[in-house]
Amino acid sequence: MRKLLKYLKNYKIETVLAPLFKLLEAGFELFVPILVAAIIDNGVKGGAGVSYVVNACLILVALGVVGLVSAVSAQYFAARAAVGFSKELRRDLFKKMQSLSYSQIDNLGTPKMITVMTSDVNQIQSGVNLVLRLFMRSPFIVFGAMIMAFTISAAAGGIFAVAIAVLCVVVFAIMLLSIPLYQKVQSRLDGITAATRETLAGARVIRAFCKEKDEISEFSERNTELKKSQMFVGRISALLNPLTYAIVNAAIICLLYCGAIEVEGGILTQGKVVALYNYMSQILVELIKLANLIITVTKSFASAGRVAEVLEMQPSLKRSDNMNCSESSFIEFRHVCVNYGQAAVNSLDDISFTVEKGQTVGIIGGTGAGKTTLINLIPHFYDVISGEVLINGQSVESIGDEELRRFCGIVPQRAVLFEGTVRENIKWGKSDATDEEIEEALSVAQATDVVFSKPGGLDYEIEQGGKNFSGGQRQRLTIARALVKRPEILIFDDSSSALDYATDANLRKSLSQLDYNPTVFIVSQRAASVMQSDKIIVLDGGKMVGCGTHEELLNCCPVYGEIYRSQYGGEVGAND
Amino acid sequence: MIETSRKGVLKRVLKQIAGYKLLVFLTVFCALVSVAGTLAVPVFFGQAIDLIIENAAINYDKIFYEFLIAGIIIGITCVAQWLMNAINNRITYNVVKDVREDAFSHIQSLPLKFIDGHSQGDIVGRLVGDVDQFADGLLMGFTQLFSGVLTILGTLVIMLVINWVIAIVVVVVTPLSLFVAKFIASRTYSLFKKASQIRGKQTAFIDEMIGNVKVVQAFSRESENLDKFDEINEELTGASLKSIFYSSLTNPATRFINSIVYAMVALTGALMLVLSTPLPVAFTVGMLSSLLAYANQYTKPFNEISGVITELQNALACAGRIYEVIDEQAQKPDDDDAVELSEPEGNVDFEGVYFSYEADKKLIENLNLSVKAGQRIAIVGPTGCGKTTLINLLMRFYEPDKGKISVDGVNISDITRRSLRKNYGMVLQDTWLKNCSVRQNIAMGKPDAGDDEIAAAAKAAHAHTFIMQLPQGYDTVIAEDGGNLSQGQKQLLCISRIMLALPPMLILDEATSSIDTLTERRIQDAFAYLMKGRTSFVVAHRLSTIEKADLILVMKDGNIIEKGTHEELLALGGFYHKLYYSQFAV
Repeated sequence: MRKLLKYLKNYKIETVLAPLFKLLEAGFELFVPILVAAIIDNGVKGGAGVSYVVNACLILVALGVVGLVSAVSAQYFAARAAVGFSKELRRDLFKKMQSLSYSQIDNLGTPKMITVMTSDVNQIQSGVNLVLRLFMRSPFIVFGAMIMAFTISAAAGGIFAVAIAVLCVVVFAIMLLSIPLYQKVQSRLDGITAATRETLAGARVIRAFCKEKDEISEFSERNTELKKSQMFVGRISALLNPLTYAIVNAAIICLLYCGAIEVEGGILTQGKVVALYNYMSQILVELIKLANLIITVTKSFASAGRVAEVLEMQPSLKRSDNMNCSESSFIEFRHVCVNYGQAAVNSLDDISFTVEKGQTVGIIGGTGAGKTTLINLIPHFYDVISGEVLINGQSVESIGDEELRRFCGIVPQRAVLFEGTVRENIKWGKSDATDEEIEEALSVAQATDVVFSKPGGLDYEIEQGGKNFSGGQRQRLTIARALVKRPEILIFDDSSSALDYATDANLRKSLSQLDYNPTVFIVSQRAASVMQSDKIIVLDGGKMVGCGTHEELLNCCPVYGEIYRSQYGGEVGAND
Repeated sequence: MIETSRKGVLKRVLKQIAGYKLLVFLTVFCALVSVAGTLAVPVFFGQAIDLIIENAAINYDKIFYEFLIAGIIIGITCVAQWLMNAINNRITYNVVKDVREDAFSHIQSLPLKFIDGHSQGDIVGRLVGDVDQFADGLLMGFTQLFSGVLTILGTLVIMLVINWVIAIVVVVVTPLSLFVAKFIASRTYSLFKKASQIRGKQTAFIDEMIGNVKVVQAFSRESENLDKFDEINEELTGASLKSIFYSSLTNPATRFINSIVYAMVALTGALMLVLSTPLPVAFTVGMLSSLLAYANQYTKPFNEISGVITELQNALACAGRIYEVIDEQAQKPDDDDAVELSEPEGNVDFEGVYFSYEADKKLIENLNLSVKAGQRIAIVGPTGCGKTTLINLLMRFYEPDKGKISVDGVNISDITRRSLRKNYGMVLQDTWLKNCSVRQNIAMGKPDAGDDEIAAAAKAAHAHTFIMQLPQGYDTVIAEDGGNLSQGQKQLLCISRIMLALPPMLILDEATSSIDTLTERRIQDAFAYLMKGRTSFVVAHRLSTIEKADLILVMKDGNIIEKGTHEELLALGGFYHKLYYSQFAV
């Protein structure tokens, strides 16, 4: 939580003024019982008369007016500070999330990132707002009442001090007990969300296996667990009101008793006893407010914890300042090993190869062979645990990420498009691309028909997630998006899987005719997509089991031969 | 219209709560006791204050007597308060659990049409967010609405008893407080609506950009996104500042009115004491102090009640959304005389089947097809040609609009869904795994399978090797939606399920699309073994699968336009011929 306080620093004035005005308001409230005591002692009993009573009551109203003005100012500044706080917090979170490395993103998971950005930040915002408004006011009234009590009578002040101490212990004990319990409730609620999502996503399979009843009973179990934890924490926090009520009223009894003795001894007046009683009542009202607040603040703290966790993440990619250029090919992998963390086996193990400028490299291999991992190392999305990835003889760790990614054009496995026009989406590759450049990229990507068959052509609005395009169409648009950059390195991560063979072949043909002659990496499961490459890297279980041209590999790499025959088996293969 | 539906929802909520009659009765009783106690205590304190007389001997016995009674009342009040809170918790969380469970079980019996036609987020939102909101509203309603009203009434009665003049003063000023609260609420409503619209816009943006942050990074679009984000953020800040500020005026405003009430009570009370001449009722300093205490707590419930009413309206709206799910027409239950399909031979016939998802978009029309037991049917055709629809009909995920589908001559609508589906083994393109262990996932179709059987099935599906590489082998818990597995691995697990269950008929929807050809080749033999003697429907892109099929159905626009063996269809020189050469010839 403390880490998040810095987001208030641009709102110092508001942060100070809000509680200050609240204190002012509370201060005026504290005068009320004294005035009432004066009315009783002087006006009623002292014989000061009607005009004294009327004046005193006018002052009461005036105190109310001043209180109102201060309160309104306090609310304003508190709202400003809270809203400003959350604005900057959200901005920083967004920035931080955009800067995380792929492995951090994998670990966090996007659903969590989105909840943190939305509901957690909102929760903290209301927490900050309430804290500024009330966490100062309530203790101030409580302690202010105690000080006022001391000015009336030391013994009464002592009773206040003891009562407040006991109240604090009770309030904090309940708070400390319930915070972890509320977190448990939250995590069980997350379980309910997950179960619901799962049953919807898996509706077909669940029905195919006749698992409806199991789903229901499993859900019921989770639901009961949730209910149990909710009721448990509910019972504990339900103690708060009755306990504080009992303590305050017990204190009032002590006060009245002690007041009686002092009135008898001539130290106090009856009016002062009434004032003490009123102060104690004020404490109760404030404490109830405080208690209700604690719950909100508890939730905010839990949210703050999650937000801080994200903010504290340091971009984990390794950096090195070693700019030494060694003699090397355009791209070189030297004994590269990658491990995502927990796995016993490296995802990539001792991979070494070189690629010359302008070459086309095919990467082929089975599921989980490490193909995607390998190409993600070139733009430095993941770190190696040993070995080096060099571009122009320079380690990718020493090249700035932005510079590195500027000359890599990537077509990801999942064809993601964003809300906006086709033009805006293609411009992701090059923000100042002209329509001619865009159309050229579309044409190479075999996407001209896709775009110009839609009303508005380049101005056609893509819906969120690209829902108004088919999988293959989306894939071609993402290819165009990468091509418009005219990148030196083009990476296709199995990104022609949704294309039919004819389109795939046309695409490869037009790629080979590009005038700027990029170095191309093609990850594929289809031998047809890679067999014309200058170099084919065959991966199996994270190891490189072959590297060479199609003909070379057919002769010496059994894994490649098997893949090839599985796709070109029978008479088709024989015709080839 | 909306009003009546809200009433309808309210009625249902009350009906649901009525299931906890005894508890409701108890909580009402506890509320009564606690309010009565809270209100009674100041009376005794007031009487005690009147006994504290200056310049005179104080009768401590009498004071102690007042203390004793007050103490007993305080004790009872505390217990009643706690019980009330605990019971309210119990009722609320039980009702909420019931509602959630009703909705969840209902989802299991809803036609797939509903699930396919609604966004997952929407339904999840109703089951989680809306139910939660409903719970909050219900709890608040229980704890505050009832005791709030009681407090107001009780306070009024006691004030009337102590001094009716002052009570009338208080009653006259009260409407001011309500008026101000209402005025502020009506002004803030539109501000809140605007703020929530902008918040929705921001959430959509976050969803899109953080959801695809890897692509964002690959294109170095971080700063552009941040600019766009700042823009929305700035807009949101302005709107929420307004809505938060204006809504937070309610408290100070009512507190101000409260202080006016307080001053009025003090004024009238003190004046009555000063002018002490012919008082309509006996009045003392102690009574004045009690009245001031009441005036202090009197306006508070008004505030709370207006808050509670908004909250309750919100809760009812949420409850309405959940009831919508619960009320959604369930699929027609199996007929009472529906037969159990056991160990079918696997003859499947389509007779004059018509089907479409939307009435105005024709899809499958007059489909006739006869499949003999043990035949292997390959279904090919371009995307959207109706391949998946055929599967939906075979499994009775959807019902045909006209015509009939039969297994071994029995119309499948006369067969229990359960037994029909048990006899099909299905592997879909869209692999789905449950968030439980690998072992449990494989055993889905045969929960009593032993470890050896499971391992054997996994070995047959070539999943055993990678399963053993997982951190806890077969006990590794699969993350939601199989997050920790690759697409191909997920598919292998789905195949293992079928390998274990070995049902008499198979449906494989592009079942091997994400498995690399190498692994696929390795499991081809296993598949061949699996399909032997079993009627199988395979939606396949792989040449080898198609070539070995007994019958190839070429589908286009919902119709079977060609059928026959590979050789026959090639010789025909029609659509299949074209498809074959565009897909497989290099």
